[in-house]
Order: sequence, then structure tokens, then C-alpha cells
Amino acid sequence: MFRDALLVAKKDLRIELRSRVLLGQVLPFAVACLLLFALALGPDRDFLRRAAPGVLWITMLFAAVLAAQRSAGVEDDDGARDRLILSGLDPAGIFLGKALAVTLQLLALALVLTAGTIVLFGATPSSWWPLAVAEILASLGLGFTSVLYGSLAEGTKLRETLLPLLSLPTVAPILIAGTKVYAASLSGAGVPAAWLGLLAVFTLAYGAVGVLLSGALQET
Amino acid sequence: MEEQIAKRRWVSVVGILAAISLLGTVIMGLWVTPDDAVQGAVVRLVYIHPPMAWVALYLAFGLSAVASLLYLWPRTRNDRWDALAASAVEVGVVFNGLTLLTGAIWGRDTWGVWWTWDARLTSTAILLLLFLGYMAIRRIPADPEIRARRCAIMAIFAFVDVPIVHFSVLWWQTLHQSATVLNAKLHPTIHGSMAWTLLLGFVAFTLLFVWMVALRFAIEKRQASQARSELDEAIRERRAETSEQSAS
Repeated sequence: MFRDALLVAKKDLRIELRSRVLLGQVLPFAVACLLLFALALGPDRDFLRRAAPGVLWITMLFAAVLAAQRSAGVEDDDGARDRLILSGLDPAGIFLGKALAVTLQLLALALVLTAGTIVLFGATPSSWWPLAVAEILASLGLGFTSVLYGSLAEGTKLRETLLPLLSLPTVAPILIAGTKVYAASLSGAGVPAAWLGLLAVFTLAYGAVGVLLSGALQET
Repeated sequence: MEEQIAKRRWVSVVGILAAISLLGTVIMGLWVTPDDAVQGAVVRLVYIHPPMAWVALYLAFGLSAVASLLYLWPRTRNDRWDALAASAVEVGVVFNGLTLLTGAIWGRDTWGVWWTWDARLTSTAILLLLFLGYMAIRRIPADPEIRARRCAIMAIFAFVDVPIVHFSVLWWQTLHQSATVLNAKLHPTIHGSMAWTLLLGFVAFTLLFVWMVALRFAIEKRQASQARSELDEAIRERRAETSEQSAS
């Protein structure tokens, strides 16, 4: 299963490396979101600093929807999905591999967005590691949900409108927990263990459900 | 045929019982029970708001998750589970919307606002969105089996998500009062005629839910059967055309 997962992750990352969709489209979109939020919230530096955690995570969720579209989209063209199924790879391996590829892309995006909120919003965390752990867990959780919902919407002509409706309400806990961890890191209020635990539970739950339902997902 | 008549009779009996118990709840709630010392007459919403939430958040959602699991499990796979899950979700959406509406009316009077970012309000709104996502998937034209599988998976995702959403928003912020009956200490904080009316409300809305799901289930079955017969008819016509062409 894990060998298959690595193969699929490498395949998706190679496609990304060649097509540069993350670099050329998702990343500029995310930076545009940061700028627009700042314009909407006004120039008050203190207010921007307090709003930064929410802005970072809502931008991450928007970017995750695009990543889910892309992850499902690469399998839609030229019957790639059928070939992937016929390749004999373990469905759970395919799920984990695709999720890993999305996770790595989202992690890269999270790094850029964190730098963006520090520069544009003046939101420098006083302790870094809770935010780093939160970003790793959230990227993994978003990777799982992106692939799950992407697979559900795959092959339908309504994928673009359907995916945000399906995935955004689901990932509300990531938004809440991620925002709380960043806010705690900003104020130096100690380690927000409960929120990190919630992110871990979300990620584990969706990872487990994805592995268990991967066979059924492949047949949709 | 006899089985169908027995089923219809069963549904009618539940419908009549639901109507009687609802009427009883209205009479008890409006004329028999007293006003609240603090909240006044608006407290009477307690006889319909929690029962609606019980139907939407527990019965409808729980039933759709169980039916979806039974559909996905190869040994129990049957179209009926899919139809049951879809029926429960549709009825759940109605009650979920009504829960938010009655909650907003109650909140306006007690908290002074139609909406507040309280844990239960927020998680109920997110639940409504998840339900709407399920219905959106159901509306996508697809082979019935694929559609059923997609919907079943969506229902299970939502089922996994609900407790996490609930706890996240609970820790985030809570203004809503704690549960009146099923609270942490399992000690009801409502007594006398008010408690009995609330209990009657729960019974009435549970019966109403069963009746509505049964009706929606029958409609779903008929729609599926009609789609099948239309397909059979189209195939027959096509075959007749082909044999006419080959004969000429």
C-alpha cells in the first residue's frame, strides 16, 4: 500500500512540476486573497495583526479547493482514471498517494502564506513550533478531504461548483483550530494542545475513512 | 398487493398518531402550560424547538448514516438503504431549517439578536450545509448505482465530521444554554406540565419524522420504478424499430 502511495504521489508531483499549476495559478491566487483581505480590513496595523490568523486559514481553505479540483482534474483527462484503476494499484495506496501529493503542495503554500501574513499583516508568531505542527496536520487533513471530495466529484460536469459546497463546510474545524493555534502563537499564550489535538483527530478520522472507503470511492 | 396495503395502513396509522400528538402538543403548549418567570410566553418554543433539533440532528442524520453504511456493506447492499438514506436527509433538511428558524426567533427575544456565533447554532448551520451537499450530489445525473454509492460515501463523511465540528465550535464559543433533558448530569431541569408537554413534543415530532420518511421513501421507490419502466419502454421501442427496419 505505501509503495503504491509513493508511486502515485511521485506521479502527481511530477505532473505538477511539469504543468506548474500550483506555482502559476494557485499561489498567485492565494497571494491575491491576502492582499484583498488586507484591503477590505483597512490599514489599521493592530487590527490586521489580530485578523491575520483567520485570513491565513481561510486562504488555505480556498487554495485547498483549487488543489482538490486539480487533483481530480488530472485523472479526468484522457481516461487517466480508468488506467489508474486498471494498473492494479491498491485503492488505499492511490488514495494515500494522491493525498500526500496534495499535502506537500499545500505545505509549500502554507509556508508562503505564513511569510505573507508576517510581511503584510505584521503577524510574527512568538513561538513557531505550534504553528508549524498545526500547518503540517492541517495540510494533511486538507490533503485527505481534497482527495475524498475530489474523487466524489470526479467525472461530473459540475465539479467546479460542487467541490466548494462539499468541502468547505467539512473543513470548518481546520479553520477554527488553525486560527486558534496561530492566535495563541501570536500572543505567546502557551501551547494550544486541545486545538492541536482536534486537528490530529480530524486528520486521523479522514485518513482512516479514506483508506476504508477507497475501494468504494474508486467505483463512483 | 396485500403487503402494499398493509404498508400503506401502517404509514396512515403513524400519520394519524403524529397529527393527534402534534395537536396535543399545541394545546398543552399554548393553553395548559404556564409562562416562564424570566422569558414569558416565548418559552413555549421549548415544546417544538428541541424536538425539531432532535429529529434533524439525531434521527435524520443518524438514520442516513446507518442506511448508507448498510448500502456500502456488500452483504447488506440494497437499493432500499439508499432510498431510505436519501429520504431521511430530505426530511432532515426541512427540520434542520426549522430548528434554525425557531432558534432565531427564540434568540431574538432572549438574547436580543437573530443570530449569534454560538456553538450549537454554528454547528447546526454547518450540518445544514453538509446535508445540502448530500442533496447536491444526489441531483447530479448519473447511473443509479454510482449515484447511490456517492451519496452513501458523502453521508459517512458528514457523519464523521459532525462530532468534530460540534466539539470545535463548542470549544470556540458557547452562549446557548446546556441541554434541558439530556444534560451531562442526566438530570432534567424542567418539571410538571412543561416536562410532559416537552415529552409529548418529542413523541409528536418523532412520529412526524417517521411518517414523512415513509412517504418520501415510497415516492423514491416509485420514481426509481418509473425510471426503470421508461427505460424498458425505450428499449422495446428501439428494438421494434430495428426489427421493422430489418424486415423492410
